[in-house]
Amino acid sequence: MIDRYVRQYEALAANGGGRAPDWLKSLRRAAIDGFRETGFPSGRDEEWRFTSVAPIVRTDFGPAAGGGAVVAADLQPFLFGHDEWPRMVFVDGRYRADLSSPAAAAGLQVSTLAEALAADPKGLETEFGRHVVPDATPFTALNTALAPDGVVIRAARGTVFAQPIHLLFVASREAEGAAFHPRVLVLVEREARIQLVESYVSLGDRARYLTNTVCEIAMGEGSWVEHSRIQRESEGGYHIGFTQVSQARDSHYRSFSLAMGGAIVRHNLHTRLNAPNTEALLYGLYLGRGDQLIDNHTTIFHDQPNCRSWEVYKGILDDRSHGVFNGKIFVKPEAQKTDAKQTNRALLLSDAAKIDTKPQLEIFADDVKCTHGATVGNLDLLSGFYLRSRGIPDAVARRVLTYAFAAEVLDEISAVPVRSALDRLVRDRLGVGS
Amino acid sequence: MSESVETLVNREYKWGFVTDIEADTLPPGLNEDVIRAISAKKQEPAFLLEWRLKAYRGWLKMTEPHWPNVQYPSIDYQKIVYYSAPRTQKPLGSLDEVDPKIRETYDKLGIPLTEQKILSGVAVDAVFDSVSVGTTYKKHLAEMGIIFCSFSEAVREHPELVQKYLGTVVPGSDNFFAALNSAVFSDGSFVYVPKGVRCPMDLSTYFRINAQNTGQFERTLIIADEGASVSYLEGCTAPRRDENQLHAAVVELVALEGATIKYSTVQNWYAGDEDGKGGIYNFVTKRGKCAGPRAKISWTQVETGSAITWKYPSVILQGDDSVGEFYSVAVVNGRQQADTGTKMVHLGRNTRSTIVSKGISAGAGQNSYRGLVKVMPRADGARNYTQCDSMLIGNRCGAHTFPYIDVQNRTAAVEHEASTSKIGEDQIFYLKQRGLNTENAISMIVNGFCKEVFRELPMEFAVEAQKLLGISLEGSVG
Repeated sequence: MIDRYVRQYEALAANGGGRAPDWLKSLRRAAIDGFRETGFPSGRDEEWRFTSVAPIVRTDFGPAAGGGAVVAADLQPFLFGHDEWPRMVFVDGRYRADLSSPAAAAGLQVSTLAEALAADPKGLETEFGRHVVPDATPFTALNTALAPDGVVIRAARGTVFAQPIHLLFVASREAEGAAFHPRVLVLVEREARIQLVESYVSLGDRARYLTNTVCEIAMGEGSWVEHSRIQRESEGGYHIGFTQVSQARDSHYRSFSLAMGGAIVRHNLHTRLNAPNTEALLYGLYLGRGDQLIDNHTTIFHDQPNCRSWEVYKGILDDRSHGVFNGKIFVKPEAQKTDAKQTNRALLLSDAAKIDTKPQLEIFADDVKCTHGATVGNLDLLSGFYLRSRGIPDAVARRVLTYAFAAEVLDEISAVPVRSALDRLVRDRLGVGS
Repeated sequence: MSESVETLVNREYKWGFVTDIEADTLPPGLNEDVIRAISAKKQEPAFLLEWRLKAYRGWLKMTEPHWPNVQYPSIDYQKIVYYSAPRTQKPLGSLDEVDPKIRETYDKLGIPLTEQKILSGVAVDAVFDSVSVGTTYKKHLAEMGIIFCSFSEAVREHPELVQKYLGTVVPGSDNFFAALNSAVFSDGSFVYVPKGVRCPMDLSTYFRINAQNTGQFERTLIIADEGASVSYLEGCTAPRRDENQLHAAVVELVALEGATIKYSTVQNWYAGDEDGKGGIYNFVTKRGKCAGPRAKISWTQVETGSAITWKYPSVILQGDDSVGEFYSVAVVNGRQQADTGTKMVHLGRNTRSTIVSKGISAGAGQNSYRGLVKVMPRADGARNYTQCDSMLIGNRCGAHTFPYIDVQNRTAAVEHEASTSKIGEDQIFYLKQRGLNTENAISMIVNGFCKEVFRELPMEFAVEAQKLLGISLEGSVG
């Protein structure tokens, strides 16, 4: 199973990879060597204890076929009604220039990884693969070794770009049996501000494929990033993602993560507060149904004093779905005056749904305020009674309360078009009219 | 396997060891013959020897767990002495026959073996290096049908009860240290409270570690039959030692329908010097089973001692409407490490559990809370409330929380709250302004922080616990 990926790497190294600069080649080699050593994670691995990736390991995923049949009209449902947003579209792992409209603004560069490397082979050496630990997980290593292309966004010092930049990763109707390894690198220089929307969508109904993505975001001093990650893969597909944020002084990172697709889903979101007075706000919503397994792992590294982090993740699990949440907060001895709050709440809607949640605090500094809370439960009976006493039927009351539970996090998306689009999406899923 | 080679090599020990009159001790090392020797010395029935051997064979196949958040040099299990009995071995007619030296040590520790026991109303089963030397109040309890004796005595007098319940909560194959204990346990306490009987007094036992290099492998089994109730206190102190000592005890509690067991511990074993040298390794398996409906098991612990503490008093909530509780204060100072918490496994309907854990870290101590709340699919209406608070004093220490919440029933309601804080300068200022000095102010704040747990302790323990806390944190502030 491991050999299969090693062979893919060798094929890539032999042709397309040949154009990569030497530093990237050695990064890829180190990554595949690391992967060859560790192999896929098993249930004995604490980080993967509740999430079995056995079906992914068993499947013989081939490289992406191409998905040429996708046309602009296919993408309309995923554009939030804003065709004019700068957009980078990848279909089955391949960049599609004909469907994309990269931003053309002073101070903002949005390009494919291949273009960025061709323009300046040395330019990315100090950034690419330097924020995420290349072998943070075996899947990260695999992405580093196999990512044929990706996106590079660079916002120059002081650039403020008002429109969201949309990265759209599409699995076509021919995606069945393929594996994609898209890679994203976002460099936000000092005092620049951007909004990023990262979507994973599928045109097929229950196609089985693997998306294995890595996103690195490097934030300069006083920079500001709002990042919405919307995962709507096919319910037969597998999605493994790793997002690593690295924050300089006075920077502000705000993330919203919606996970509603995929048969087996794992997203790691790690942010490192590298300098004093940085702030990270992480919001998440996951909706499981059928036999979905949705796993969110977040880690916040409080490395420096006077930083704040605020995290709220909510899950709604129906049918036989299984939710996993692991939220870690590490506070280093020097990170005094840290203020960290983490909340995870899950709602189980059916008898067979289950949740494993593990909020984890590791604190080495004394003058800190750190709290976490986790609740698992059913809908509030009193609220249900109140609604029924007002003449609202029980079934409707339940849906309304479920939606209200989700809306608390949806409200935190500050980009209005994204918020209203996702609000509609969640309403549809939960059966609540507008 | 190399183990079997070792067994062959070690054959010479079989029955042939020198019986030192001063400290009837087996030579260090572990093999099947040592286990046979322990069993023979204690004149155990065949079923128990078989049970020990089975656990030992299982243990050989296990590896020492390293997942707890603690660091220590590896333990050489062949260097440990697995059996050591005090000099007096004959059955004792009265307490006067107890070695005066031993009595003196007990007196220093304030164990009421003499007149005090009557005043304090505590029946004491003192365990001194593996063999019980005195059991008091037995007669009074016996009149009510309560059996409170050493484990060896229970094996001799009530083998049917031992055979029925031993290993039903913590099987011999449960984990590495429990398996080791099952193979070599020397003695411990046994309590049986018959149907409908309320034990009129708190039962108490003091475990101590004395002879050098003697691992202590205590085994405690407490059974509360239908409708019975009992409160059991366990307190520990140990003299100063330079070499690390392993303590791998097992405590099993069985509460049948409508029964209540309250188990309280104050643990203050030697924690090692400032550099972390010496000190006890306290690797304990404690578990209770609410076997019938409406049973209740409550654990209260104050952990201030030991170089390393590794223990998770747990409750299996099998009976419908059963209740599990865990109240804990864990203090680490110097280079102490504690990885402690609880497991609440909800199997029955409408089962409830409460977890209150207070961790205090000072010096270079590392304190971890590790807990599991598991609600199984059939546990309709299960309810859990968990609160785990940490307090840090100084920035060389650490507080860690690893709570696992695993819910498989939608009617369950599980709440977990955790916070970390320091002693506020404003609080100290306020108390100083009211005339308290810094030390007393801190003591008051810390005691306030732990109040929810202390009030669960029986009175004399609560007093002791508060004092211990003060002593443990001495010199950590200012």
